[in-house]
Amino acid sequence: MTPTSYIFTPILLASFLFFGWSCYRRFVLVTVGSAEDRFSNPGKRIGEMLLYAFGQKRVVSRPFGINHFVIFWSFLILLVANGEFMLHGVFAGISLTLLPERLYLVVMLLIDLASLLALAAVVVAAVRRIIFPPYPTARTIEAFFILGLIATLMLAYYGINGAKITTLDEGGRLLAQSWMPLSSFAATLIPQGAGTLIYGISWWLHAAALLVFMNFLPYSKHMHILTAIPNCFFRRLEKPNTQPREEFAHGKSYGADRIDQLTWKDLFDAYSCTECGRCQNACPASATGKPLNPRQVIHDLKTNLLANGPLLRKGGSPTLPLLGDSGEGSISEEAVWSCTTCGACMESCPVFIEQMPKLISLRRHLVEMESRFPEELLNLFENMEQRSNPWGIAPSERTKWSSTLPVKPFVAGETEYLLFVGCAGAFDSRNKQVTVALATVLDAAGVSWGILGKDENCCGDSLRRLGNEFAFDKMATENSRLFRERGVTKVITQCPHCFSTLKNDYRQYGLELEVVHHTVLINDLLTAGRLKLDHTVTDLGKIVFHDSCYLGRHNDVYDAPRQLLAQTTGHEPIELPRNRENSFCCGAGGGRMWLEEHTGTRINHNRVEEALFANPDTICVSCPYCLTMFEDGLKDKLSEQTRVRDLAEVVAEGLHRG
Amino acid sequence: MLVVACIKQVPDTTQVQIDPVTNTLVREGIPFIMNPYDTNALEEALRLKDRYGFRVAAISMGPPNAEATLRKALAQGADEAILLSDRVFGGADTLATSTVLTAAIRKLAEQEEIAFIICGKQTIDGDTAQVGPGIATRLGFAQLTLVDRVEEVELTTRWVRVRRKLEGRHEIVEAPLPALLTVVREVNRPRYPTVPMRLAAQEGKVTTWNNSVLGLNEATIGLKGSPTWVTKIFSPQRDQGEIIGDGVNDPEGTARLLIDKLLGKDVLTL
Repeated sequence: MTPTSYIFTPILLASFLFFGWSCYRRFVLVTVGSAEDRFSNPGKRIGEMLLYAFGQKRVVSRPFGINHFVIFWSFLILLVANGEFMLHGVFAGISLTLLPERLYLVVMLLIDLASLLALAAVVVAAVRRIIFPPYPTARTIEAFFILGLIATLMLAYYGINGAKITTLDEGGRLLAQSWMPLSSFAATLIPQGAGTLIYGISWWLHAAALLVFMNFLPYSKHMHILTAIPNCFFRRLEKPNTQPREEFAHGKSYGADRIDQLTWKDLFDAYSCTECGRCQNACPASATGKPLNPRQVIHDLKTNLLANGPLLRKGGSPTLPLLGDSGEGSISEEAVWSCTTCGACMESCPVFIEQMPKLISLRRHLVEMESRFPEELLNLFENMEQRSNPWGIAPSERTKWSSTLPVKPFVAGETEYLLFVGCAGAFDSRNKQVTVALATVLDAAGVSWGILGKDENCCGDSLRRLGNEFAFDKMATENSRLFRERGVTKVITQCPHCFSTLKNDYRQYGLELEVVHHTVLINDLLTAGRLKLDHTVTDLGKIVFHDSCYLGRHNDVYDAPRQLLAQTTGHEPIELPRNRENSFCCGAGGGRMWLEEHTGTRINHNRVEEALFANPDTICVSCPYCLTMFEDGLKDKLSEQTRVRDLAEVVAEGLHRG
Repeated sequence: MLVVACIKQVPDTTQVQIDPVTNTLVREGIPFIMNPYDTNALEEALRLKDRYGFRVAAISMGPPNAEATLRKALAQGADEAILLSDRVFGGADTLATSTVLTAAIRKLAEQEEIAFIICGKQTIDGDTAQVGPGIATRLGFAQLTLVDRVEEVELTTRWVRVRRKLEGRHEIVEAPLPALLTVVREVNRPRYPTVPMRLAAQEGKVTTWNNSVLGLNEATIGLKGSPTWVTKIFSPQRDQGEIIGDGVNDPEGTARLLIDKLLGKDVLTL
């Protein structure tokens, strides 16, 4: 009962040749991307790959992830079966029966069960896609075609083995019942005498499904079967909370408006996406009707690469623009500007696709090469460059917040910490209250701190996220020089954007600072008993806590603010439905603080509504932008009884007031 | 044809303080900027360049460090930058300044026909709004001040139509070319230079002309040529305000008090 190898062998060979050619054509396009090192620390990379690709750690963290886990591992097991299938089709003498009997039986049992699991998982996937798809447009013919192919493979497998079992003697059948229970069941369904026919049909069906599946992969989103595992290997090992520096010199171009100006890893990302839609479900821009959809961005990159890659390889020019409104394969400028750089897309991607850095590359091109950006940014950029703050307020006013306090300048050797007040903390009237509260708390705990006063500059966070790397570079260079000159080594910030920029981005300028966000420091002071609260703060009522993106997702600070609240109020804050790494942006990150929201609904409204659902008396935040966005949102929602407090204010309230 | 944009480097006045002893501006550590109105003048020149293919020359009279502001003009897109710098130009009032600028523009006109001269409405340090009109008068050019829109330029018959922004009204004016325009901030939004333009400007050429190039009579320029001198400069003291009425318990009465007060001080009129 062996299929004719002289028919199968050439088909198999042709299939492999075609598959190899398809893969070559696809993968060679990745080489048009620019260089980027993703091979450092291979030991760690292998570990990450095992955990996230083979362990499916991120996949299983969301609904139906376990379903994918089952399919993935079934496939790995069935690789053995399919390998045998193809070899056997060519060399009739080769089959798993060559294995020692005990091992053979165990392998057959595993394959028998794995096929059932895969079949069940495919059915669940199909039903899910019909009833509650991850996103409405996920019900594609392609998706059902692939699921159908997998189901066919499994059913054909049972057909082949069921038919084989019908030809066995009594002893063989008994053994099969123990070790191939499902194939044995299939055997009972095969009519007497039809074994050979069923075998032949099943075998060729299996062969056809397998080879079609294999050759379809490179042309579909299911290419991730080939790329997702290496993509986990190539992931960024540090958090993707910074952007690479640019070197400014004559004749260079900055950012990307062509697919070959992105890195090879950016292009590999495009091949690794299977359009699961988790990023778009996490994206605040997508959730509020903006034209940005991170899944679509990655899809467009792939479309663009397939359209332009072959031309670029021959030294030609791209025909499909990467930026603009040319439909599929192009990313609209409004989409590019809609990103809040909150990082929710990257946090939710099971295979570590980095959507946000690509958008910043596109922004860099628009700002640095074309000076094309939303008009609100013109003032911002000029204010930043001229007066080193977003509002263009005179630097001499940086110390006005401290007019009622005895604030000392930072002097290396005399003061331990530099309090980097930040632009919001120094100029924004509401956030100045937070700075005063923080100063009061620091003094109460006997922390030695000082400020740079009017010499403090903006950290440049908004500039960098908005793609104005040139202006950021000048600012970061100047700040690094100033910090070195003043001997600053330990910094307190009240703004997560300053925090992340000083801590992470400035490392690229050779500045290794010990930066601590005030929530972490105050929590430590409370834990160490250095802050004696006069009373437990109870007058804030029901408290919900909102995670800031740049403190939480971008820097993994989740516990300190919660502990701080527990220590101050006597109980843990109420968690919002979207919390910690799944927190939802306030809408102000990535320079969006300075931009209007013209399309769709407002991101801060979305978040405020979520918070109000818990009916809180107080919304606690740890970021000046979040504070502004929440207060504005509450005003718009006419919610008068809910107030917003920074964590420093909560603690200051608990201090003795004499 | 050439469009000349006159620009001035000024101290960032929001950051300027006055030394109470010497009555002079404390300039130490104060950043210099391009006079904000002049950024609009330059932008309007660049827009004319984009529309009609003129060349743009940015000129400035000032100390050698004004070169930085001219480099900014190059980064924005000016084709040529000329710094008029000489000790004998120093201490000039508006009359002596316009004399020097006029001489420089005449010199430019020897090489290339001038279509427009564009100045900002005024500078934020002197606030006189006299230099632009002074140049126009000396050159005998049509003088179109407070322009908030250049409506049409007719190059064959050589005239321009602009809209002037006056108090409470607009005025549409036509004039023959060459003409001098002074512009208000609403005329445009200056462009933001691209990085390649900025890098090119860092190494671009700023030509310096001193008085040996212009050859002006020293009695007509600088301090000697200035009939006005600053005798005293001071920041007006703002008196502490007063609290009137009781806004919490009698908002209406308090509002009435306030209105009377404002009427009395001629801040409001009925």
